[in-house]
Amino acid sequence: MYDSGQEPVRDNENRLSRRRVLGSGALLGAATAVGTTVGVGSGHGDPAGPEVLGAGGVDITLRVNGRDRALRVEPRVTLLDALRERLDLTGTKKGCDQGACGACTVLVDGERVNACLTLAIMVRDKEITTIEGLARGDRLSPVQEAFLDRDAFQCGYCTPGQIVSATALIAEGHTRSAEEIREWMSGNICRCAAYPNIVAAIEDVAR
Amino acid sequence: MEFHKPRTWPEALAIKAEHPDATPIAGGTDVMVELNFDVHRPDVLIDLTEIAELREWFTVDGRYRVGSGVPYARIIDELGATLPGLAMASRTVGSPQIRNRGTVGGNLGAASPAGDAHPPLLAAGAEIEVASVRGTRLIPADEFYTGVKRNAMEPDELIAAFHISPADGPQQFAKIGTRNAMVIAVCSFGLALHPSTRTVGTGVGSAAPTPRRAADAEAFIAGELDWDSPLPLRDSVKRRFGELVAQSASPIDDVRGTAGYRQHALSVMARRTLGWAWDEYRRNR
Ligand SMILES: Cc1cc2nc3c(=O)[nH]c(=O)nc-3n(C[C@H](O)[C@H](O)[C@H](O)COP(=O)(O)OP(=O)(O)OC[C@H]3O[C@@H](n4cnc5c(N)ncnc54)[C@H](O)[C@@H]3O)c2cc1C
Ligand code: FES
Ligand code: FES
Repeated sequence: MYDSGQEPVRDNENRLSRRRVLGSGALLGAATAVGTTVGVGSGHGDPAGPEVLGAGGVDITLRVNGRDRALRVEPRVTLLDALRERLDLTGTKKGCDQGACGACTVLVDGERVNACLTLAIMVRDKEITTIEGLARGDRLSPVQEAFLDRDAFQCGYCTPGQIVSATALIAEGHTRSAEEIREWMSGNICRCAAYPNIVAAIEDVAR
Repeated sequence: MEFHKPRTWPEALAIKAEHPDATPIAGGTDVMVELNFDVHRPDVLIDLTEIAELREWFTVDGRYRVGSGVPYARIIDELGATLPGLAMASRTVGSPQIRNRGTVGGNLGAASPAGDAHPPLLAAGAEIEVASVRGTRLIPADEFYTGVKRNAMEPDELIAAFHISPADGPQQFAKIGTRNAMVIAVCSFGLALHPSTRTVGTGVGSAAPTPRRAADAEAFIAGELDWDSPLPLRDSVKRRFGELVAQSASPIDDVRGTAGYRQHALSVMARRTLGWAWDEYRRNR
């Protein structure tokens, strides 16, 4: 990293050690120091080195709705498929599998993301919340209650994503007007066009 | 598919050197679509999200160095006042979910002519910092885009950051799409007034094989503006500016729009954004 006030280092000046990846398998990283040049980044000296996960299955643990869940996935498996196909958490829906509909919205460390655009192995150390994790036992969350009160759905397919997204939106504070709510719910599409009721439900909770 | 998770930047560069075909993944909002739809089957994926320095920004000699992994949501929240053009463009990217994850580094890596970060980076004269085990270099934005979804990077290089000056004058961004959210630009335009150098920067998106500057339009308008006693701009000047911006493009007909429409829309966006920016400059003097 540069000291502020300095020009970026552009050429062979720093000699930093790097670790070589010797093959696949978990947590490889022999400490072969090789002279290399990097302008930025001094590294954190992590003794573990880079992690390499092989092409076959990988045993991982995901922390979903406050519980640690062990499963085996291939590296290419999305969080959405891991939730639905492996952990039997089918509340999170697959609409488009390309980030465009929002049906798969979940919270990762409190932030809303599209589970279809997230690799399961990339969220191992995160707190994942799905629609199944919003209620406390039989007590629905305020957003869930409001969606029922306002009849904010027809077929219900988009609803889990809408509710999770709305939960994050309220926490973000983007509820000052109906327009703002609409803008910040724009990542969640409703084929049944229940939008007016969805906005009303969110306004109820935000008030 | 093998999955590598470097924890430091030198580790990431070493992996990329060893596997030049590897696909880096930052926010994943482009990479995952390709994976899910089998457009692309990388043998090696490099997860860059653990590398702390890619998610930082700081100033170097008055310029901002923004890590390639800073997501749009943070550019808007943390850099909106200093980089208004880029922040305006960032607000139009995808949806809140996409902006929480998607990064400017990923936009640069994908180098789509429609990428929304490109016009403001071009207009502001940003530079892209790329690195490999061989060293680090800065590539001016207008030399970075080399073809449709191609950029000036070598196979062993990764994008570390971009360097950009804080706005020294009003900046604007405009984008044409079928709705306000989640649209790929039919065409787009970024504009930056630079009172300190008495120049105007431009960036044209989605209207040529690469994002590009409208150099003739920049030269023309630099000769027309009176920075010391700024008067309202004559319509003929705005119109000419718009024409020159449209001429700088070489658009195609595709599913999102025709070449003719793109050229027309570009001239309108250029005219309007120039008017808005110049009015703001006059008001703030
Ligand atoms: C629903 C949806 C809507 C979208 N809307 C828009 C929009 O409105 N405007 C827009 O511009 N884009 C849009 N996109 C595209 C995408 O979100 C952007 O291009 C985004 O900037 C990609 O960033 P990322 O971090 O997610 O990239 P990733 O998917 O992680 O990577 C994108 C590319 O860059 C490479 N890469 C990533 N980081 C680096 C690095 N540090 N060094 C070298 N290469 C790297 C990857 O290998 C890949 O080729 C949309 C995508 C989706 C799914
Ligand atoms: S399934 Fe993820 S956004 Fe549509
Ligand atoms: S309720 Fe049917 S898609 Fe929204």
